[in-house]
Amino acid sequence: MSVLQCNSLSKRYGKIPALEQVSFTIEPGRIVGLLGPNGSGKTTLIKLANGLLTPSEGEILICGAAPGRATHGLVSYLPERTCIPTWMSARQLMDFYGDFYPDFRRDAAQEMLQHLDIRPDQRVKQMSKGTREKVQLIMVMSRQAKLYLLDEPIGGVDPATRDYILSTIISNYNPEAAVIISTHLISDVEKVLDEVIFINRGQVMLQSSVDEIREEKGMSVDALFREVFKC
Amino acid sequence: MLWQFSGDAPIYSQLIEQIKVGIVSGVFPPGERLPSVRDLATEAGVNPNTMQRALTELERDGLVYSQRTAGRFVTEDKAMIETAKRALAERHITAFLDAMTRLGYRREGGIKMLRQEITEGGNGDVSLAV
Repeated sequence: MSVLQCNSLSKRYGKIPALEQVSFTIEPGRIVGLLGPNGSGKTTLIKLANGLLTPSEGEILICGAAPGRATHGLVSYLPERTCIPTWMSARQLMDFYGDFYPDFRRDAAQEMLQHLDIRPDQRVKQMSKGTREKVQLIMVMSRQAKLYLLDEPIGGVDPATRDYILSTIISNYNPEAAVIISTHLISDVEKVLDEVIFINRGQVMLQSSVDEIREEKGMSVDALFREVFKC
Repeated sequence: MLWQFSGDAPIYSQLIEQIKVGIVSGVFPPGERLPSVRDLATEAGVNPNTMQRALTELERDGLVYSQRTAGRFVTEDKAMIETAKRALAERHITAFLDAMTRLGYRREGGIKMLRQEITEGGNGDVSLAV
C-alpha cells in the first residue's frame, strides 16, 4: 500500500490558493525530495499530511487513512523550526519522545547522541543552533515510523552539519517506510533521493526518479530545477 | 574510498564506475566481502536503492557475486578483473586522445607530447610509476 496518497488535493487560505488539484502517490522504501521555490506549497503539503491543516477539497491518505489519531503514530515530523523544549536535557527529551511514541527506539537515539559527543545531561538551551537541529533530527529519525516528513532539514546549517543530517537519513533507511524531504537546496540532497516532486504555485509540475532525469535530460536535478524555475 | 560525483550522468552508473575502480585498484580485493548496501550507501552519501541498483548490475557483469546469507563478494576471477581494468584504461586513453584532438593535435602529435612528458619527467610521479 502507498505510504502517502493525494487525490485532487486542494488547500486555500481564505481566498488564496496554496495547493490546487494535487495528485501523487509515494511508495514505501522511497526517499523523496519535495522541491520548489519559496511559497510553492511545500510546507502546506507537509502540514496536510500530518493533520495540522485540513484539505479544502480532495483527500490525502497516510497508509490508506485520513490524517488523524490513527495516523499520528505512523508519521514522524520534523518541523521547519526547531520546537523541542529548550529547558530539557537530552535524556529528558528521550523520555519525552518515549512517552509519546511507542515506536521510539531509545537505543538508536542514545547511540546517535553519543556519536555526536552530546552528554545525556546536557540541556537543549546549552546547545548551538546546529546541534539543536541535529538533536531534533535524531529524535525524529529514532522513531520506527512509516512516513518521515522533514521540512527543510538542511536549511540554515553549515555544510558539515548538512552532511551529518543526510548521512543520518541514509543510515536509518527502512525499506518499509518513506521519507519526504522538502528543500530548495537541491544539489546537496540530490544523491540521497530516489525521486523528486517539483512543486510550483501549489501545483505538481513533475514527479520522476533522479536517475531518470539524469538519463533522459543529461542534466542534474539541480540544473533541471534552475531551468524549470528560471526567474 | 573517495566517492565523487559529477553533475549530469546517472548516479548509479557513476557508482558502478567507482566500485569498478575500487575492485581494479585493490581497495576491494578479489574474493573479499563487500560492505553492506546500507554501509556503502552511507559512505558514498547516496540513496540505498541507487547503491543496490549499481551492485545488481555489477553482479550481472560478474564482477561481484552474492551468497545468499553471507553477503556480496568481489569475484576471484583475476582475468575478469584484468579485463575490467583494461576497459577502464581504454576509456581514459580515448578521452585523452579526444581532448587532444579538440585542441588541434593530430594523434601522432598527442602521443609525441605524452612521450616527451614521460621522458622529461615533467611530473615527478610519472617516473616512479611502473
